[in-house]
Amino acid sequence: MNTSHQHAGSRSALAGRPEHSSESPLSIHAMTVAYGKKPVLWDVDYDAPRGALIAIVGPNGAGKSTLIKACLGLLPRAAGVVEFWGRPYKQVRKRIAYMPQRESVDWDFPVSALDVVAMGRYSRIGWCRPVSRPHKDVALACLDRVGLGDVAHRQIGRLSGGQQQRVFLARSLAQEADLYFMDEPFAGVDAATERAIIELLRELRSQGKTVICVHHDLATASTYFDHALLLNMRVVAAGPVREVLTAQQIARTYGGRLTLLTEAAEAVAAQP
Amino acid sequence: MSQALQVFLAVDCMPLLAVTFALLACGLIGNFLVLRRQSMLGDAVSHAVLPGLVIAFIITQSRAAMPMFLGAAIAGAVVALLAELVRKLGRVEPGAALGSMFTIAFATGVFLLERATVGTSGATRQVDLDADCVLYGQPETLLWFDAPQTLASVFSMSALRTMPHQVGVLFCVLAVIVALVIVFFKELRLISFDPALATAQGFRAGTAHLVIVALVAACAVAAFEAVGSILVIAALIAPAATARLCTDNLARQLIWSTLIAINCAVVGYVAGVTLPGVLWGGAAVSVAGAITLALGVAFAGAVVVSPSHGVCARALARRRMRARIAIEDLLALLYRTEETGRTQLPLAEANKTLGAHRCALALQRATSASQVARHNGAIGLTPQGRREAAAIIRRHRLWESYLVEKAGVAADHTHAPAELLEHVRDAGQRPIAPDRGPDRDPQGKVIPSE
Repeated sequence: MNTSHQHAGSRSALAGRPEHSSESPLSIHAMTVAYGKKPVLWDVDYDAPRGALIAIVGPNGAGKSTLIKACLGLLPRAAGVVEFWGRPYKQVRKRIAYMPQRESVDWDFPVSALDVVAMGRYSRIGWCRPVSRPHKDVALACLDRVGLGDVAHRQIGRLSGGQQQRVFLARSLAQEADLYFMDEPFAGVDAATERAIIELLRELRSQGKTVICVHHDLATASTYFDHALLLNMRVVAAGPVREVLTAQQIARTYGGRLTLLTEAAEAVAAQP
Repeated sequence: MSQALQVFLAVDCMPLLAVTFALLACGLIGNFLVLRRQSMLGDAVSHAVLPGLVIAFIITQSRAAMPMFLGAAIAGAVVALLAELVRKLGRVEPGAALGSMFTIAFATGVFLLERATVGTSGATRQVDLDADCVLYGQPETLLWFDAPQTLASVFSMSALRTMPHQVGVLFCVLAVIVALVIVFFKELRLISFDPALATAQGFRAGTAHLVIVALVAACAVAAFEAVGSILVIAALIAPAATARLCTDNLARQLIWSTLIAINCAVVGYVAGVTLPGVLWGGAAVSVAGAITLALGVAFAGAVVVSPSHGVCARALARRRMRARIAIEDLLALLYRTEETGRTQLPLAEANKTLGAHRCALALQRATSASQVARHNGAIGLTPQGRREAAAIIRRHRLWESYLVEKAGVAADHTHAPAELLEHVRDAGQRPIAPDRGPDRDPQGKVIPSE
């Protein structure tokens, strides 16, 4: 362990953990999240490698979106610590981009595609200032990168589903982050859009950025991503896709049989 | 100063200002309720504050602004807490919990109103709080007793001090809302559209939402004397809903909503004061009712005539599209006729293929655009019409070969889908078609070159 690492580690709440590294863009330690009394994520430990495309894989209700939201402080954590490059979220907010699920917003909203992409710049613009020309140009460039330059001024409800997904992608690009959280970026897009999106993600990786995606399609997970986090309420396995996306691990993640933990969680929820 | 102006200042000026400020304040903040699909929240808040207003009045025996606001705020918070409690203990969905609690709170307010009226009599009568006033609003009672005698002194401090205080309170609420909307426009847009991203970026959507609810409550309290606590719901929702139909841009929607609010306030006030006399000869005035009706008429008007979302615009667009498709079908029919070696098609045959009505419609427009020429009882393409027909046939046959080669459709199943696809255009009204293809379609027919 070199001195600079020790210095960085002294800031970190996770410094004592042997596997923890303050170089890691995302370190989760013993995180538990609950809706009411029912735990959704239980005692999650995870260190994301830097500069990788990482898939969060698991069945419905496994807590994939919840994991992202809890890391970003959008949902309260019942227990645990989450750090980004060894710091709490609030200190590194500008280095982290978030792309929610497409269904999470109202596409009837009276804004244009450009307005939505410019929202990715708001934390840089700061409070109470209008979106200035340079920020607008960045937003336009991001729209161009996803091939939507010519519909920049169209109201978002008049875009197709695939175009809406790309607007969201452009918005997270506009955040110019080092770590990207994307909640199902491939949901409901056609094959051509899917190829375009994965090309962009690879471009981000080549720039040394880390991308963490909730991903549903097991068939493409091992070709699209470098690392995977198999999740079903707790971490079933994590690591390079070759080692993790094996038939045995997938069966453990998606297994029909209730795990003891699920049973316990349901017993807790059933208590009056 | 003329007699008429003096009467206006004393009788109509203050009520008019009160309803205008009330509608502007409610209408502006209402945009963010409507956009977040939480219109009913305005309803809930405006009902929930009633017991607070009444209790504050019973305690202080006045309609002074501060106690009223305090009472309303406390009542609003208590109802919100009770609704949360009902949701947890009663195991009902949040909407039901809120719905039951705000009607119960409202009922309590109505019940207590009786007590408020009993307590007052004679001399204190002019500060009473009766059901009519609270529920339906009585802006017409906001007289400016000490209206200035000269126009120049209208804006002097001493004159302004004698104004009914309700108008001043409404103005303050309006000023706060306008300032907040202008200063935090960008943040409000983000928070209303995508609360998750807003919170992740450090703009706390939850806190902002509470501020919006508090502003709605402030509007409801300040406006209840102008438009009444029931009708305030219309003032919160109608301008925003109407404005949404007029534009697809949030900033313009906000401006539209203020214009609609001002118009409805003025038109409604004038109608409320004059119309009952004209219609049934009574001296009765119902300003709040007339204003709400005006809001309703404005909304109905936008539904019908809005250029982008209106019923008329959409019907017109559909009609235009039907006509265009009929023309394109007629041109294609004539082109196919020419391919068989005939230059003219008997009108009867065209009628049979396209349907008499569509054929007549298409023929009328195509002849006036000189795409088709008539020769006693038969029709044929003009050179210009032939060029356009070739483009349509080209699209049709390119689509047919695309469907066979790329989409795996059987060759004898391609005509019907291609018949639809040849008419498809993008938002810029350019036809959409495969850009390249073979020289011949799956049936071996020649694909016209561009």
